[in-house]
Amino acid sequence: MIEFTPENKKTFDETLRRYPTKRAALLPILWLAQKQFGWISQPVMEYVGTLLDLPPVKVYEVVTFYTMFQKRPVGKYHFQVCRTLSCELCGKDEILRRLKEKLGVGVGETSPDGRFTITEVECLGSCGTAPMLQLNEDFHENLTVEKVDEMVKGLE
Amino acid sequence: MEKILTKNWSLKDSQTLKVYESTGGYKALPKLFAMKPEAVTEEVKKSGLRGRGGAGFPTGMKWGFLPKDNPKPRYLCINADESEPGTFKDRFIMELDPHQLIEGTIICCYAIGAKVAYCYIRGEFTFPMRRLQEAIDEAYDAGYLGKNIKGSGMDLDLFMHRGAGAYICGEETALLESLEGKRGYPRIKPPFPAVVGLFGCPTVINNVETLASLPFIIEKGAETYRTYGTEKSPGTKLFSVSGHVKKPGNYEVPLGYPLKKLIYEDCGGMRNGKALKAVIPGGSSVPILNRQEAEEVNLDYESLVAKGSMLGSGGVIVMDETTCMVKSLLNLAHFYAHESCGQCSPCREGTGWSRKILERLEEGEGTAHDLQVLLEIADNMMGKTICVLSDALAMPIQSFLQRFRGEFEEHVRLKGCPFKN
Repeated sequence: MIEFTPENKKTFDETLRRYPTKRAALLPILWLAQKQFGWISQPVMEYVGTLLDLPPVKVYEVVTFYTMFQKRPVGKYHFQVCRTLSCELCGKDEILRRLKEKLGVGVGETSPDGRFTITEVECLGSCGTAPMLQLNEDFHENLTVEKVDEMVKGLE
Repeated sequence: MEKILTKNWSLKDSQTLKVYESTGGYKALPKLFAMKPEAVTEEVKKSGLRGRGGAGFPTGMKWGFLPKDNPKPRYLCINADESEPGTFKDRFIMELDPHQLIEGTIICCYAIGAKVAYCYIRGEFTFPMRRLQEAIDEAYDAGYLGKNIKGSGMDLDLFMHRGAGAYICGEETALLESLEGKRGYPRIKPPFPAVVGLFGCPTVINNVETLASLPFIIEKGAETYRTYGTEKSPGTKLFSVSGHVKKPGNYEVPLGYPLKKLIYEDCGGMRNGKALKAVIPGGSSVPILNRQEAEEVNLDYESLVAKGSMLGSGGVIVMDETTCMVKSLLNLAHFYAHESCGQCSPCREGTGWSRKILERLEEGEGTAHDLQVLLEIADNMMGKTICVLSDALAMPIQSFLQRFRGEFEEHVRLKGCPFKN
């Protein structure tokens, strides 16, 4: 049964008050849904649509446009490696290679045990500390092969 | 000369209200509330401040476009979507001096009569978002936001609105679409946001750095602001330097500053004793400069245009002699192909097509004819679409080929990349 927790229902109500239209709350509510359910499945899209008086396709349009809304389950640890120019100039190829090796996973793939996912993403606004990646919500910058090894070792 | 934007960055707890006020923060407000809103717009016009997000449009003029007789509410949208490759300045304004942004927001909203401001921040900026929200909470508690700000009679609510991974949402009208809960498809202009913007209401969209420049302008005056920079490009700008320099990072300099000085002095010069080969001076969407051009040019709007490039966002990407220009252009083509919203055929098809051609060139399967096709594609992408994402790849294609054609031809001749080891 897809439903927001009581706490999230409260956040939902507060969020709606910030906008003159329900539709404008779609992105914040999708973030809330992703936080609770882990990813945005079709039932979740339909639930959000009902809450905001939106036809499901209007939710689907948005979920499929924005890269950070996950349309499939992601691993517990989602490594998003920046691939854009400055990071490439500063050695992201080597970092990505090492990461794939250590995790045993390719780009766009999730490990069979569901722990690790690797994706390549576009410029994360951290070019001065390239190469870098985003692990779940956090930036890991000035990466070296050694730092990658350290990062992976520290994960449960 | 006193720093304008980075004044507090090296202080411990610079992001807190306590530190912001201790160095003179929020002192522009008493002056602000003693002025008529129209006078504030005039002062900003006089200062010559131009949009620091990339377009460089005169800020005061943009505010002046709001219709006087329209009864609808007015909005400010803070553009914190910072996604232009090579640019990472707004992030640090939010992390290290969020109150400066808030004070600038208050100034703008007072001038344009907005009671609600939304900060559209890219979804990946979790830490800057947290810092800014903490500062917003402090500001509400201290009476700088909310009802009757410091007894002035002005009301202002400031809400964060988190994006979800779309470069195109940094384009003004795509930002509005996204804020309204839709796909980030840029709108046809006119009408411009000043007349028909957020929820159909008169709206100003300003970049984080632009707003952060306002407290100084109001407190110290437009004349003082103009003592920095050049006649046509007054003020200071944050330049985000990345790539093959020893000390990448953000540098606040007066406009007109020599790029050569920035690279060789402030940034400590090139890494590993390599020679400079090329510089993209204003974020990936502006034409690339070769070594000679880069070492000759000053960092202001006019000088960069004269050299065949643009100031843009001020994202300076420095490339040394080991860099393959074909691979680098391919990197950018991949970016724009991914980020194209898909509305306009020249962009949707042109970005994908040029990426495929560049892939083949880099793999050694390119032909001489490919170079001609690339230029034809670029020509068909320039000035023919609803927004300038299309132009943002067309200009790199044209400028890379113009300045480094030999390298592209070499890839064809050698049937491979001469830089691959």
